[in-house]
Amino acid sequence: MQMPQPNDSVLDRRARIITMLQEVLPADAVIHDEHAIRAYECDALTAYRCPPLAAVLPGSTDEVAAVMRICHAEGVPVIPRGSGTGLAGGALPTADSVLLGVARMREVLEVDYANRFVRVQTGITNLAVTGAVEGDGFFYAPDPSSQLACAIAGNIAMNSGGAHCLKYGVTTNNLLGVTAVLMDGSVVEIGGPHMDAPGLDLLGVICGSEGQLAVVTEAVLRVLPKPEGARPVLMGFGSSEVAGACVSDIIKAGVLPVAIEFMDRPCIRACEDFAGAGYPDCEALLIVEVEGSDAEIDEQLGLIKQIARRHDPLELREATSDEEAKRIWLGRKSAFGAMGQINDYICLDGTIPVSELPRVLRRTAELARHHGLEVANVFHAGDGNMHPLILFDANKPGDLETAEALGADILKLCVEVGGCLTGEHGVGIEKRDLMTVQYGPDDLEAQMRVKDVFDPRWLLNPAKVFPLEVSAGRRVA
Amino acid sequence: MRPMNEDELAEAIRGAEGPLRVRGGGTRPVGRPVTGEVLETGGVAGVSLYDPGALTLVVRAGTPLAEVAAVLAEEGQMLPFEPMDHRAVLGSGGEPTIGGVVAGNVSGPRRVVAGACRDSMIGVRFVDGSGAVLRNGGRVMKNVTGYDLVRLMAGSYGTLGVVSEVGFKVLPVPEAEVSLVLEDMAPGPAVAAMAAALGSAYGVSGAAREPGGRVLLRLEGLAGSVAHRAQALAGVLARHEACARLEKDESRAAWAAIRDVAALADMPGDVWRVSVKPSDAPKVLDRAGGTALLDWGGGLVWLVQPEGTDLRAKLGGIGGHATLIRASEATRARLPVFHPEPAALARLAAGLREKFDPRGVLNPGLMG
Ligand SMILES: Cc1cc2nc3c(=O)[nH]c(=O)nc-3n(C[C@H](O)[C@H](O)[C@H](O)COP(=O)(O)OP(=O)(O)OC[C@H]3O[C@@H](n4cnc5c(N)ncnc54)[C@H](O)[C@@H]3O)c2cc1C
Repeated sequence: MQMPQPNDSVLDRRARIITMLQEVLPADAVIHDEHAIRAYECDALTAYRCPPLAAVLPGSTDEVAAVMRICHAEGVPVIPRGSGTGLAGGALPTADSVLLGVARMREVLEVDYANRFVRVQTGITNLAVTGAVEGDGFFYAPDPSSQLACAIAGNIAMNSGGAHCLKYGVTTNNLLGVTAVLMDGSVVEIGGPHMDAPGLDLLGVICGSEGQLAVVTEAVLRVLPKPEGARPVLMGFGSSEVAGACVSDIIKAGVLPVAIEFMDRPCIRACEDFAGAGYPDCEALLIVEVEGSDAEIDEQLGLIKQIARRHDPLELREATSDEEAKRIWLGRKSAFGAMGQINDYICLDGTIPVSELPRVLRRTAELARHHGLEVANVFHAGDGNMHPLILFDANKPGDLETAEALGADILKLCVEVGGCLTGEHGVGIEKRDLMTVQYGPDDLEAQMRVKDVFDPRWLLNPAKVFPLEVSAGRRVA
Repeated sequence: MRPMNEDELAEAIRGAEGPLRVRGGGTRPVGRPVTGEVLETGGVAGVSLYDPGALTLVVRAGTPLAEVAAVLAEEGQMLPFEPMDHRAVLGSGGEPTIGGVVAGNVSGPRRVVAGACRDSMIGVRFVDGSGAVLRNGGRVMKNVTGYDLVRLMAGSYGTLGVVSEVGFKVLPVPEAEVSLVLEDMAPGPAVAAMAAALGSAYGVSGAAREPGGRVLLRLEGLAGSVAHRAQALAGVLARHEACARLEKDESRAAWAAIRDVAALADMPGDVWRVSVKPSDAPKVLDRAGGTALLDWGGGLVWLVQPEGTDLRAKLGGIGGHATLIRASEATRARLPVFHPEPAALARLAAGLREKFDPRGVLNPGLMG
């Protein structure tokens, strides 16, 4: 993955830039020591690393603004960072950049149950938002599997989703407002506790802009009352095609589960070995979860099981206790960890129309065979968000490259059947060069125009999202 | 001009020599009056793709809303966001189009659980002010590939581009619905009751107070579930008032009237739409006076004001924003229709318009 050459004129001014940053931040908030700075050289796409010129950890919106003003005046690229769990290299620094982390800004500023929102600093983790309100019967709906670690900052930048977004939507559907700092240091407030913002939907564009439009420092998030209860049912099928057809039928039937998760045989096997969740020995497995009171759950699951039976399930197991529910989820939740135990892997997240599931699974297996690698599938089936895990061996020369090539082929397939490159992980550097597969030159130009307006000099996270040759004329860095 | 497909639409915009007034069905003459040649989108119509098993519908922008609803109804599905029909309140004619709904981000009572129009949108195709055909998003439910111009187009009133096609996530029509009714509720207690209902676990899908003081709380879903929740919710509300119920058609009719702001339609004066933190609604009513309909648990306040009143001056200090929906052309030319934005945001908005419509031909000045 290519990154732009660092700007020598910035590197030459390194000492002066660090001094300027130290003037506006507490001493321990400017990190430039060769060893300490290693903590910021990559995100969860660990194959690519580069220490920044300096890392700063401001404690307030004002401090963020002060850093931005300096970097703007000095022409230094800024790389925003939340918790660094991003899978696409969105928070990968360049040698001439200042990495701006919001990890010290993690306060809950306001909790308002009557109006069902919270206002937080964006360094707070996703799970801590729910933690702040769950004692009172509320929760924050988007639930990425990384929720223990990932920050609201990264969630907003990537428009992250989770297992339950079939019912509750992704980040953008649960975000009411932000406080953000533009590259020139000006602070803007967009939206708020009211349900829609006036004028153009700037909130909608900032969400999912991968840290290229503004540094988001505070957020107003919608919180929801917790459902009375939830219960999963586990279904095993003889083939992925049948499981796919069952998903479609459930969706069409008028019951909307909160989650429909899918795992194929390689994944089931790995999870069994790792977590011993007691999954059946079969080609494909679905976990379908519904919410409500016991009676409501019975009603919904009754319907769902009736549909499933039409597809001759090899196993149809409804949780009869919290213990069993946990066990059903255990394997799914440990899927990435399980795969990580046995292999290095690349996790893709292309999205496809649900009706294309069988075809895409079949073609993916063919592509994998062609490249001589194995692919395990675990994904959010209800909304077609695939997660093919490409297994490879990082110690074997050339294996990473083969895995990346297979990844590109699978993503092209997703686009070909009417889907997209990424459903929740973002483009970052990882999928940057594939953007032309999904979008024509004019479409990319339109997106880049938006960045021109927010950040005319392209200093904020500049080398991401757009293929380098496409953004070349705009980037100073 | 009435282009019959996207290419002709692009051609028309490319060839425009002066300002264009973009018109879908012409049922929503909202915004600052624009002078210019009329560009009708009604010819660019029809369903491009409907995949009920994936809950997705892609439809060309000039398609009448009624046709969209009919196509979905055949499969027992619907647009989740319950778009309002502006004809009653604006006294306008014509047939609303789906493109007009998108341009105004028009969202009805179910917004409290299902989100606004923008939340159901998954893809757009549009023609920008230079005549380029652009697309963003697509037909899948989760998509973070590049920037989200889908939401940017929602509520942009045709000032950044003319939408030619839209993709939606749709939902099954609920099997049953029932509304709990609380009579004679003053604004304060009404908003408190609605907050209690919306803060409960029972999935309230509509919370409104009619001008007369009647509060309606809607529940939708499978029949058994609705019955269970109606009982449980009545329990939550017991300390507010004894609950009456509206079943099926009665409930449906009541919500259609709320959605279309029918109660204010025949009243003389200007009609404003105010978006606030729900708990601020009583304060808004107090300061503004006049007849009001509260939706979204109080978060959306529809107000009738004497002609020419600058409502914003009365509401100073309350967060949120006010839009002037119905007023004479003279008033709409004098008072900003959309809430004036802070300078930094206005600058960004102006910058985006300049980029997407460099010649300033698309509904120039409509949004202020
Ligand atoms: C095991 C694992 C499981 C995962 N599961 C999911 C999942 O289920 N669903 C999902 O959607 N994602 C998932 N992810 C991906 C990742 O957790 C999300 O993308 C998350 O939102 C990133 O948050 P972060 O705080 O770690 O962001 P970072 O990695 O620090 O940054 C991500 C992006 O946000 C930008 N950014 C960070 N802070 C700011 C800010 N303040 N202002 C502006 N831009 C900013 C960065 O520049 C970067 O482009 C998973 C990751 C892992 C490792």
